Amino acid sequence: MADSMNSPLALELPLSREALASLRAGDACTLSGAMYTLRDAGHMRLLDELHERGCLPYDLEGATIFYAGPTPPAAGRPFGAVGPTTASRMDFAAPELHRAGIAATVGKGVRNQAVIDACVETSSVYFVATGGAAALLAQRVESGEVVAYDDLGTEALRRIVVRDFPVFVGVDVKGSCIYDLE
Amino acid sequence: MDTTKLITKQAVAKAVYEAIPNVACVLPCDVKRSLAEARKAEGESRGALVLDQLLENAEIAERDCVPICQDTGTCWVCLEAGPDVLVPGDVFAETDDAVARAYSEALLRKSVVRDAFFDRTNTGDNTPAFTDIHFSEKAGCRLHVLLKGGGSDNASRVVMLPPGAGKQGILNEVMDCVRHKAANACPPLVIGVGIGGTFDKVAGMAKSALLRPVGSSAKDERTVELENELLDMVNVTGMGPGALGGKTLALAVHVNTAPCHIAALPLAINMGCSAMRRATFEFNAQTGEFERVDTETGE
Repeated sequence: MADSMNSPLALELPLSREALASLRAGDACTLSGAMYTLRDAGHMRLLDELHERGCLPYDLEGATIFYAGPTPPAAGRPFGAVGPTTASRMDFAAPELHRAGIAATVGKGVRNQAVIDACVETSSVYFVATGGAAALLAQRVESGEVVAYDDLGTEALRRIVVRDFPVFVGVDVKGSCIYDLE
Repeated sequence: MDTTKLITKQAVAKAVYEAIPNVACVLPCDVKRSLAEARKAEGESRGALVLDQLLENAEIAERDCVPICQDTGTCWVCLEAGPDVLVPGDVFAETDDAVARAYSEALLRKSVVRDAFFDRTNTGDNTPAFTDIHFSEKAGCRLHVLLKGGGSDNASRVVMLPPGAGKQGILNEVMDCVRHKAANACPPLVIGVGIGGTFDKVAGMAKSALLRPVGSSAKDERTVELENELLDMVNVTGMGPGALGGKTLALAVHVNTAPCHIAALPLAINMGCSAMRRATFEFNAQTGEFERVDTETGE
């Protein structure tokens, strides 16, 4: 454990199937590349679109969803602050989104068994970021643009590009969970 | 009555407007000091990394005037009026305007919807504020401003225990809440506990407990003992910062107790996250304005 904390695994987004399979709950990692912010209200919209079209819209196939609603731009950065919100509120949507092609999610807190089962079934993972470290995390965001649902304000779907964004593996492809580790 | 002791809606609105940007971006000294102490006590653990991030985060937020957390909360404004002040019924009439201006100008997140059930459209300016007024035996007038995140409030609960549940029932309920919900509430936590009152009052007691400076002792010796016992139980779980393993799941447990019905043992647990953002102001009768009270000393 100490090793992985001292030198976090550097992961590129979108995540390859190989990279996903190699991750273990508790691993410290950094994410670099593009991911998408989406939270409560946006998930209801995305599920509606998924049901209508039969596949994921907005190039989300293989993408990572970051459960977050950022503050407006500040201090010369795309967002003044952006950090993880409670992932369990998105448990209602996550299994279906993983089956439709979402490779990973980023949030905080425990997931339910249905999400863990979906991670195993689809070889997907859940990452945990530090809740309340949103000014620090915002420093790792290079750009952000609204892709859809602009009327939802902070809850819009945004494509963000991150660099060395610190996370832990929360649930791995074998279904192990960071909160259950000794 | 001396008219200088009239608490005006303008004085309240001014204090709220000036408080919000600072409260959103600058972690209170008591919380910062407590997090630093927790970091020293932590060895090699994921929790230590979480604390490093939280301490660096507080520095970045303060230096760059950006929010400590993206959830800049709902704004709770609580007025505590003593016997020597006059409070008109419209004392909060300009508070929403102050909140709207402060959230817009300080680039904070707007996190309030119009109606919980019938219309979940964002109000767009983080109003309405949630206001309370309490009457106190203590002279003067105090104003509390708390920015409360959604995640920590969601991890909170109210339970009406039977009196026979006693102390063990309370300990069990707090620990059940901690085990199931602490990871969602962004630990290290400040845990507010209310015991007594009525169904509606007990939640307010738990929330008010979050205002007390971290590291300060309760006034009543029995409360000190109960708080210490609860804090030990919470931290001995080893859940730690971020609930990712370590020694400090909670920085403090603050308990408020009150009289209640013979049939009741109301209990409320209000989780406060590591970004325990609040400020207290004391009314200055000379100037007719509120002045910030130091969180460390209570002065």
